[in-house]
Amino acid sequence: MSDGPATTRPHTNGHAPGALNGARVADPAREPTPGGPPLGALAGVARGVLRGVRDVVQSRIPKADLDERDPDYIRENLPRLWLLSSLYFRGEVRGLGNVPETGPVLLVGNHSGGNLTPDTGVLMLAFSAYFGVERRFHALAHNLVLAAPGLGFLRRFGTVAATPENMETALRAGAALLVYPGGDYEVHRPSWERHTVDMGGRKGFIREALRHDVPIVPVVAIGGQETALFLSRGEGLARSLMLDRILRLKVLPISIAVPWGLNIGDMLGHVPLPAKIVIEVLPPIHLREEFGAEPDLDEVYDHVVRLMQETLDALAAERRLPVIG
Amino acid sequence: MRVAATIDIAATPAEVWGFITDPERSLHFLHGVTRFERAGDHAPGPGMRFRMLMRIGSAEIGSLVEVVEWHEHRDLAWTSVTGLDQRARWRLRERDSGRTHVEFRLSYGVAGAGLGGWIAERVAAPQVRRNFQRSLVQLKRQVEHERLRTDAARRRAARSTASSG
Repeated sequence: MSDGPATTRPHTNGHAPGALNGARVADPAREPTPGGPPLGALAGVARGVLRGVRDVVQSRIPKADLDERDPDYIRENLPRLWLLSSLYFRGEVRGLGNVPETGPVLLVGNHSGGNLTPDTGVLMLAFSAYFGVERRFHALAHNLVLAAPGLGFLRRFGTVAATPENMETALRAGAALLVYPGGDYEVHRPSWERHTVDMGGRKGFIREALRHDVPIVPVVAIGGQETALFLSRGEGLARSLMLDRILRLKVLPISIAVPWGLNIGDMLGHVPLPAKIVIEVLPPIHLREEFGAEPDLDEVYDHVVRLMQETLDALAAERRLPVIG
Repeated sequence: MRVAATIDIAATPAEVWGFITDPERSLHFLHGVTRFERAGDHAPGPGMRFRMLMRIGSAEIGSLVEVVEWHEHRDLAWTSVTGLDQRARWRLRERDSGRTHVEFRLSYGVAGAGLGGWIAERVAAPQVRRNFQRSLVQLKRQVEHERLRTDAARRRAARSTASSG
């Protein structure tokens, strides 16, 4: 799940993949050919393969449609989610009363757990149980998440691609919108940085909150980064394989996870360890009330990250042992 | 899934009724309930709505409920409008010597949830039952304390009247 600075780019398949991250999605076919003729031929084949992968992924990205959220489906699946959240992750969500009772709101969270993020599921359950499935709740996700086979059910839970259009539509509809500005960068941070909020300097969520004049509600979660042993983001590996240009992936994570052992990429997911997940929802931040008519993005960003980091530190202090909690 | 709990309280049904129909007091004796408040401004009686939440496992689960039966000092029943499907009933029956037999019943579930719902209801049942048993113990304590305070105030008033006379 991701978010980042807003930019504009031509729409593809009904929305703009990568737009929120400001990522330039390059066409590998137009890249300069490295090396001489033999290497050039090889590079041509590689470009063709990568272009094919990109096209397949893009064709699988569903057209933006917030109406895919299905309250009845969510309601019928809440008991299963509750079992998973309560028995396996021993989830604990505090402070949901801080979310304004009505109206659009931007929930901004720290992101943990690799490609399987248990804190998102725990929060979705808690939010739907607390406010009822009738209240619109959407989460922004990376295109790859929505394109992955077997994850179509996420769209029925209200997950939509991280694009400015979807963000605008959701907020205009009065929804509570969950964004993870850190996205793939934060979710694959090494396990020894698990108690660090690291959004990679992405401030797009602040710009969007200001544009739509909605409050930001910080959501701080702990435990997700203990569901596997995350070793490295593998940024260099992702760059050398051009994944940043083709699939908007700035990382190719390396972890030790069940059942694979050494897990590179985490593309097939993994079985998360039953780490205790604790989530704390903080009071809303009304940007213009607190920072004036034209808030400075850096100042707001530092404030939000500081609040979240302080809360994460407090949650970490409560924790006695990794995984067990 | 259905859970029930009962208790005998040394007070009249009218005294107990005053507690179970007051959202502010209810929040003090309902164990595990994190929210219990009136929704809308409907007069007390059938049609009055409450919003209630109870922490069960990892979530605060609840519903918007509407009162469907209101027999003063005897029966109060509600059913859910949104949220978790539930139907609940407070049943008050007078015993000899000014005691009241209090029974609370709750049927809950999620229609259409299938096997997952069936299992979740049973996994949650012990906690729900425990919450209501504790709630009734706390209700008994609060009602009986209230009665003691009222009786003491009455005795003080009688003494002061006698001494002034």
